Amino acid sequence: MKKLFLILSLLVPTLVMAGEGGDFPAAPINMSDQASLQRGAKIFVNYCLSCHSASVMRYNRLKDIGLTDEQIKSNLMLAGEKVGDTMTVAMDKSEAKGWFGATPPDLSVIARARGADWLYAYMRGFYRDDTRPTGWNNTVFDKVGMPNVLYELQGEQRLVTAPDESGKPASHLVLDKPGTLSTAEYDMAVADLVNYLVYMGEPARAVRTHMGLYVLIFLAFMFVLALLLKKEFWKDIH
Amino acid sequence: MRERVNKCLTSTVAWIDERFPLTANWKTHLSEYYAPKNFNFWYYFGSLALLVLVIQILTGIFLTMNYKPDAGMAFASVEYIMRDVSWGWLIRYMHSTGASMFFIVVYLHMFRGLLYGSHRNPRELIWLFGVGIFLCLMGEAFFGYLLPWGQMSYWGAQVIINLFNSIPFIGPDISLWIRGDYTIADATLNRFFAFHVIALPLVLLGLVVAHIIALHEVGSNNPDGIEIKKHKDPKTHIPLDGIPFHPYYTVKDIVGVVVFLMVFSCVIFFAPEMGGYFLEANNFIPANPLVTPPHIAPVWYFTPYYSILRAVPPLFNSQFPGVVAMGASVVIFAALPWLDRSPVKSIRYRGGLYKRWLTVFVVSFLVLGYLGTEPTTVWGTFDKHLMLLGGADRATVAARFCTAAYFLFFILMPWYTRIDKTKPVPERVTS
Repeated sequence: MKKLFLILSLLVPTLVMAGEGGDFPAAPINMSDQASLQRGAKIFVNYCLSCHSASVMRYNRLKDIGLTDEQIKSNLMLAGEKVGDTMTVAMDKSEAKGWFGATPPDLSVIARARGADWLYAYMRGFYRDDTRPTGWNNTVFDKVGMPNVLYELQGEQRLVTAPDESGKPASHLVLDKPGTLSTAEYDMAVADLVNYLVYMGEPARAVRTHMGLYVLIFLAFMFVLALLLKKEFWKDIH
Repeated sequence: MRERVNKCLTSTVAWIDERFPLTANWKTHLSEYYAPKNFNFWYYFGSLALLVLVIQILTGIFLTMNYKPDAGMAFASVEYIMRDVSWGWLIRYMHSTGASMFFIVVYLHMFRGLLYGSHRNPRELIWLFGVGIFLCLMGEAFFGYLLPWGQMSYWGAQVIINLFNSIPFIGPDISLWIRGDYTIADATLNRFFAFHVIALPLVLLGLVVAHIIALHEVGSNNPDGIEIKKHKDPKTHIPLDGIPFHPYYTVKDIVGVVVFLMVFSCVIFFAPEMGGYFLEANNFIPANPLVTPPHIAPVWYFTPYYSILRAVPPLFNSQFPGVVAMGASVVIFAALPWLDRSPVKSIRYRGGLYKRWLTVFVVSFLVLGYLGTEPTTVWGTFDKHLMLLGGADRATVAARFCTAAYFLFFILMPWYTRIDKTKPVPERVTS
């Protein structure tokens, strides 16, 4: 037992360090909410997939989130691909670079690179900025190349700079023109999208955590057996 | 029936023994290898290091079956393993977590040596082989880290290879020779793959065999730091404080293995990125030679040495002194058997001086390790009006202080171990 504590205490510093988060409020996502993942997948193929690929994600992998091949084909596949294909885009990379100033990155593992909280803040951080070629800027990603593709849903925001209580200049976003969704609804839609992106970043995640539990239970039994075996042998050592 | 099976087995073993020393080896290394009976917690890490080595080799073989060492395909092939290869995610996480666990286990194994004087006469060669294993391991980790071909892979390798640039006169040619191209490119990836999967593993295995053969020649040290071979049974010539490695330590090590696997599984199944310390977030962005990440940090197991590199001020605009210090901070371990002049081996019988210096060393190592993961601005700067240090980064000053302490632990060792007040050492092991 003493040894177990010792090993655990050796791990504590790593766990504490692992707890460090970014500067963004936590994204309200729930990986076990399949309806949310399905809504997120729908937003992803409708709005993101026209410019961003997910080149290592296969359509039929979406069976993970409770969809059938038929549902995937009729609701999520727009260009007549095969269900085992990966999510590629037809847009030419060099043309895209000309339009946006940068090639839209592949989004397969974007949630693992950026983190859910960053994505959640980013997708809610677009505002109108006439100095930008696309007319859009972002509070999280300054001078971003991407326009706000969800503006129909979100509406248009404006960045207002005003002194805060301590007198320092602080800026916040104000909704200028409402979109088809209320702010609360839009936040939920973005949460669904981020939820989906996190799933897509590591589709094996659900299997992994599920399996981990059984592995640990098995090892706990093994531990008891191994300990008893050791005690039996070591009885004669003094 | 049972008799016949036994007879058959005995005759098979006899047949082999006439042609290959199977039973003799079994006896030399397991059933008649007498290990001190007083091994404690710290003695698990040798067998655990062997376990991790086996895990790395086995998972590595399966990764090689699906990984593509090609700058255009490497990143996607890792994701292919994570998604389309059956159990690929498990194999990959075992390998990536195994790399970090290897260093945790080896650091603890080395610390055990510092505690109980396992590097001292007559075990200097075991220690030297061990230092060789450690160097190999660092090479394995460095070469392997390029293979996923993410941003951190690319820029981490860039930083390390550019260190060779600072060697006077021949530096730039050396780094060109290592890269095989003017930038890190497909040629670099290919050769790093070759080093990672065949060249270094061969050397590593050879050194591990040498490490164990040397160990079994002189016998294991123990927490009391005394030689059990001094007191043998007059009839059997078996050390009185020794017990056969098999079955006693094999069954004991199984307990250690299971506990280790529990910790290992916790990481693999529930935190494979370990908050960005085992798998860095930036490495999920494909390598891009045109975009430098804002903060390049090596993986945690290299950060103490990276901190030393950054802490040493440049000379004539050259980073060379830092590079030398970083190299020295690793190689200096090899001198330990000859730096230590204490009449006793184990910390149990050493005086306060060694204990204090060891604490200073461990604290410096940990602080350097932490600082290496952060930018040098992490602790802000000293007040401008402060004498000497005014305006300097606090973290850099701390890293310099710790670097000095790190090296002083070794450099002053001949003196403080000689004048240290030691306690009398018992004749036989204590429990």
